[in-house]
Amino acid sequence: MRAQFVLSEIGVGLRRNLTMTFAVIVSVALSLALFGGSLLMREQVSTMKGYWYDKVNVSIFLCNKNDKETAANCTKGAVTEAQKQEISSELKRMNIVESVQFETSEEAYKHYKEQFGDSPLAASLTPDQMQESFRIKLKDPERFDVISTAFAARPGVQEVQDQKKLVGDLFNLLNGMNFAALGVMTLMLIVALMLIVNTVRVSAFSRRRETGIMRLVGASSFYIQMPFIMEAAIAGLLGAGFACVLLVSGQYFLVNNWLVDKIDVINFIGWDAVLAKLPLVLAIGLLMPALAAFVALRKYLKV
Amino acid sequence: MVTLTDGSRFGSPYRYPGHRGAPVIRFDNVSKTYPKQNRPALRDVSLEIEKGEFVFLVGSSGSGKSTFLRLLLREERASHGAVHVLGKDLARLSNWKVPQMRRQLGTVFQDFRLLPNKTVGENVAFALEVIGKPRTAIRKTVPEVLDLVGLGGKDDRMPGELSGGEQQRVAIARAFVNRPMLLIADEPTGNLDPQTSVGIMKLLDRINRTGTTVVMATHDQQIVDQMRKRVIELEKGRLVRDQSRGVYGYQH
Repeated sequence: MRAQFVLSEIGVGLRRNLTMTFAVIVSVALSLALFGGSLLMREQVSTMKGYWYDKVNVSIFLCNKNDKETAANCTKGAVTEAQKQEISSELKRMNIVESVQFETSEEAYKHYKEQFGDSPLAASLTPDQMQESFRIKLKDPERFDVISTAFAARPGVQEVQDQKKLVGDLFNLLNGMNFAALGVMTLMLIVALMLIVNTVRVSAFSRRRETGIMRLVGASSFYIQMPFIMEAAIAGLLGAGFACVLLVSGQYFLVNNWLVDKIDVINFIGWDAVLAKLPLVLAIGLLMPALAAFVALRKYLKV
Repeated sequence: MVTLTDGSRFGSPYRYPGHRGAPVIRFDNVSKTYPKQNRPALRDVSLEIEKGEFVFLVGSSGSGKSTFLRLLLREERASHGAVHVLGKDLARLSNWKVPQMRRQLGTVFQDFRLLPNKTVGENVAFALEVIGKPRTAIRKTVPEVLDLVGLGGKDDRMPGELSGGEQQRVAIARAFVNRPMLLIADEPTGNLDPQTSVGIMKLLDRINRTGTTVVMATHDQQIVDQMRKRVIELEKGRLVRDQSRGVYGYQH
């Protein structure tokens, strides 16, 4: 009985403020789509960074037996145990080095698999094709050149790689886009919240007769406020639903049907990542407008 | 004097208004000053109203009648002194308990305060719905109480189709449907012609005879003089007269 009563009240309220409700739905949808998009972009960046990116500054890749023909530094064949020992002990003696880790080809294979998953490139690889490497963390990341001059020409070293320089620009771009998305999202969110507050105000005003009577006959404040809060929550949930549709269609049309074909070196995030974000988007879409309505009611509805 | 018929329809024994017990209303040196105002709206008022009494609250506009009623309903809190209603100190009553307290009060206003888009029956049922009464109980109670106020069979009419007196009866039915201990009426006859007013007063008197305490603010001299009930007069916020079986006043 109570549920039915409350539902009819909500229906009346939503219809009475149709344009305002529509505005709330659209702004919530856009802000939450941006929010979800920026979460996914962050995930994409961290996928692309791979296992070592945030942990080390410099990688020294050692020659593999397959590199003999392909790499100029490796004409003498694969790296030997003695060469590895020498590099390792020398690295440990350098005081600009904070830590050194040795990555075996097995580990390299594992990390590669994690990063590129089931892309066709990764599927054709075997562990013995992977290079062994030293992963070095520097006390001062700018001192890359010291390591480079010391080891680049060593026998058994294929390449000394400055980790940040390689993909830093791309990540900076992606991070910039991410911040921009978050900024726009914040603005849209503020717009959405102000719209909700205003909707509640209009709604409370147009129903002041009912709420006044409810108060007189002793309806609890929760009971009086609930239709307003539910109205905002339903509008928010509809907006969040649209945001989910936007995210899913973005993944389907933009990533799966277009980017994946254009760019095959990047392992794009899949459906699991997108679907995992949807409950969060829905929950925020439900709770945030409800909270905004609750706060607005404290101001506009005396109980 | 208003003559009353069939008070027995309520089925409750007539209670003599003077009987002792915990007062329904007690004001102890109550003052109320609204924010940003120098002059208090109510100044050092002390009184007791017993269970079953019928009290007229009179006084010119701005004398503090409305403030008095607002304090009873705890729409406002006293600045000084203590207000007890139905045994509860309203200053100590936490906000979330106020609705529970209001369920034991009935309120009637000059402007009826009905919902124009609901039928008579729905208007009365609304009071029960919003406090979560089960539907079966509502379906049983609403026709009973409409019958009781003399509107039997008019459940499906809209308030706009009714006369002022009938609308006020609906409002009284809504106020009384929970069988409150205390009925507060703020100029219930203010919008009605004298003939209709008498009918409303008879109804209030009948409700009073079921044991419900009635406090009624009014400007209607004729009614006060006819009913000969207790009269409390306020003037500029002060209690200037408290008279059992009183009349409206001398200066008006």
